Amino acid sequence: MSERAAKVTPADEEQNDDQITDGAAPDAASETDSTANVESETTKPVTTGAEAVVRALENAGVEYAFGVQGGAIMPVYDALYDSDITHVTMAHEQGAAHAADAYGIVSGDPGVCLATSGPGATNLVTGIADADMDSDPIVALTGQVPTEFVGNDAFQETDTTGVTTPVTKDNTFANDADRVGTDVSEAFALAREGRPGPTLVDLPKDITKAETDREPDAPKVPDTYEVQERAAPEIVAAAAERIENAARPVLLLGGGVIKGEASEACREFALEHEIPVITTMPGIGSFPEDHELSLEMAGMHGTGYANMAITHCDTLIGIGTRFDDRLTGGIETFAPDAELIHVDIDPAEISKNIYADYPLVGDAETVVGQLSAAVDSSPEATKWRAQCQQWKSDYSMAYDAPEDEPVQPEFVVEALDEATSDRAIVTTGVGQHQMWACQYWTFTEPRTWVSSHGLGAMGYGLPSAIGARLAADDDQEVVCIDGDGSFLMTLQGLSVAVRENLDITVAVLNNEYIGMVRQWQDAFFEGRHSASDYHWMPEFDKLAEAFGAKGFRIDDYDDVANTIDAAVAYDGPSVIDVHIDPDANVYPMVPSGGDNGQFALTEDQL
Amino acid sequence: MKRGLDGPAPEERPTPAGRRNKQGIRIDPEVEVTHAPRRTVISALVEHEPGVLSDVSGLFSRRQFNIESLTVGPTEDEDRARMTIVVEETDPGIDQVEKQLRKLVPVISVRELEPDAMRRELALIKVEADRPDQVAAVADMYDGNTVDSSPETATIEVTGARQKIEAAIDTFSQFGIREISRTGTTALARGTDQTAASGTAQSADQANQHRHHTQTADDD
Ligand SMILES: Cc1ncc(C[n+]2csc(CCOP(=O)(O)OP(=O)(O)O)c2C)c(N)n1
Repeated sequence: MSERAAKVTPADEEQNDDQITDGAAPDAASETDSTANVESETTKPVTTGAEAVVRALENAGVEYAFGVQGGAIMPVYDALYDSDITHVTMAHEQGAAHAADAYGIVSGDPGVCLATSGPGATNLVTGIADADMDSDPIVALTGQVPTEFVGNDAFQETDTTGVTTPVTKDNTFANDADRVGTDVSEAFALAREGRPGPTLVDLPKDITKAETDREPDAPKVPDTYEVQERAAPEIVAAAAERIENAARPVLLLGGGVIKGEASEACREFALEHEIPVITTMPGIGSFPEDHELSLEMAGMHGTGYANMAITHCDTLIGIGTRFDDRLTGGIETFAPDAELIHVDIDPAEISKNIYADYPLVGDAETVVGQLSAAVDSSPEATKWRAQCQQWKSDYSMAYDAPEDEPVQPEFVVEALDEATSDRAIVTTGVGQHQMWACQYWTFTEPRTWVSSHGLGAMGYGLPSAIGARLAADDDQEVVCIDGDGSFLMTLQGLSVAVRENLDITVAVLNNEYIGMVRQWQDAFFEGRHSASDYHWMPEFDKLAEAFGAKGFRIDDYDDVANTIDAAVAYDGPSVIDVHIDPDANVYPMVPSGGDNGQFALTEDQL
Repeated sequence: MKRGLDGPAPEERPTPAGRRNKQGIRIDPEVEVTHAPRRTVISALVEHEPGVLSDVSGLFSRRQFNIESLTVGPTEDEDRARMTIVVEETDPGIDQVEKQLRKLVPVISVRELEPDAMRRELALIKVEADRPDQVAAVADMYDGNTVDSSPETATIEVTGARQKIEAAIDTFSQFGIREISRTGTTALARGTDQTAASGTAQSADQANQHRHHTQTADDD
């Protein structure tokens, strides 16, 4: 993508008008990439603000854009009509933002979503907030009422930059047709540079309709945005010494490891020095969970062994993690004996929640490289590793699955994992099913786990599967493990999956409850199931068929393997309505604000 | 059917010796450190563009930073404005304020001012004018100027450090105060020391050097 961007981007900001009216934009004259413009050899010059917007997308190498039409964004859609960018019409803008988000996670390049002004823009907000919490790169383009109506409460007017300021990395109100293309280019550059995140450009209709011949400038971050790549050598040296002398070291890999393409470097580092590895939830996939050194995920529903290790370590090497409270539990009891080496590209994450004894600001891959070079001898931690293995067997993630009982969700997750390849991509909604997916799917590759971590947005599963499908390789299966409540929130996206014939398998772990809430009510509200009993759920297999997708249903263990195989083999969207044990709960569990080392293994321990 | 997982129960598990405080700092049992909030002045140089003030004030409100005053005005460079922000926060809180501010794209540089920085506030104090001579005497005491007077009222302009303004208001209150309008603190570093360097932003590693001393302004 960036390769292509480099080819098509105008080299010179100061283009002269003669060249442009000549019929070929100067940047495109040297165009050799045959995919960029199939029909005409030359790219048509920009004549309107909207065309400049689309040109900026093309320059950035955008293949797909997810959105919904509407009055204020119509000029942009009109310009898209002639573009090679494939627009995927979604059934709801929330889905457009989630699809773009998942596209960004799987491909590493910003996903694009579009919406009209007012309700279109506000519908995007959940997805933008989700991307913001998880540092996922997306570019949101919203229509806006014409400039002269702004501030008058005009039809479908919302102060979109105002509404999205707290949930975007940066946003811009475009007020100049000659600059609007560059605004979009800049939004692209900002979305992926440094700590990734969502950016938004609000596009008043008069600006996109206005005439301009101004080609967008190359994607470039504003001068005021600076990213530090390498950490200070003296702190690296001190941290390296600390690692060499550690008795109980742990590597904690967060989502930043995946986004920073540092998984490989972290694996090498862990293996070379035989350091046990824990991931955060967004860090899943950064280290192979089937490796002996892996203790999997720590935190509220992390494994017992990860939580024991993080609680008892003396040296915690946190990379690309922001120490979210679902990971740390109560701050007072989080890794209380550990000196923290914290690697992050965002200085503001250092000592935000947990004090960093060794702050290492920089790009994860670069800094891990610096650390690798600086660590001369591996820590002597044989006893510690043995202890970690002991915890693995003491607190193993085993479950009962008697034939005569309702299907246990863990079994279904494992069966899905079994039926798909190592590179299969898993997306989820939010709730118990999401936690079972974390716990019982064995992730081995980065960018195969797509979920709503920081925001915890129900409804994320299906739209993100759509985005993931379009970003994934053809031979990668895409499986959405959803909850009945979460699926119900955005299942209109099935219409999109059917229209585009996307090969997605949705497994709805149907307990006719919003199960996670039911679990908390059982534990903390004396079993009073206020508004959590969803016995009025539709039959999801039939609903899928009504949309034109393939529907399946699982009621008992005999159905599991065959049905899953058939659904995965089906070439198109399929939905399995999996009727699981409605009383199944997620363990281990650390109650919010609790002590990670005191995780509960049963309800009695809560 | 069994519900839950096997393994030693919480009370059977070893527990670590250490602890952290609310700010995530490990507590050395020997020297128990607590961080009390302190008042300090942060200066930020920003792009002079629409929306930047709301970006900054929004950041303060949504992160629940305790802000005392915020002033903003143009600088020697017409494309840039300076914001002077007085906050009352713990040391880790002040650290976060600076870093979060620095993250905003239109923010060019951010710095906590030294305690000896020049800090000034302007206040307009409108008092009852029953005793004009005494009002004038008090105004004199605080180097104030009478900027408006009527048969019933006198409005005095006072500039100075926050304490001076407070003292002036206190003293004027004997006459009966009708209205007060204060600007909040604006500040500049002393001498050749640059308040907020434009161009070269502070490096992130510098920004993460933890200050172990506490700066407290003397004249504010
Ligand atoms: C949009 C949204 N609304 C509400 C919640 C609160 N919430 C968290 S988990 C959960 C239950 C989810 O139920 P379901 O999707 O059926 O999954 P299950 O827990 O049963 O696996 C709810 C309501 C949320 N996370 N997101």
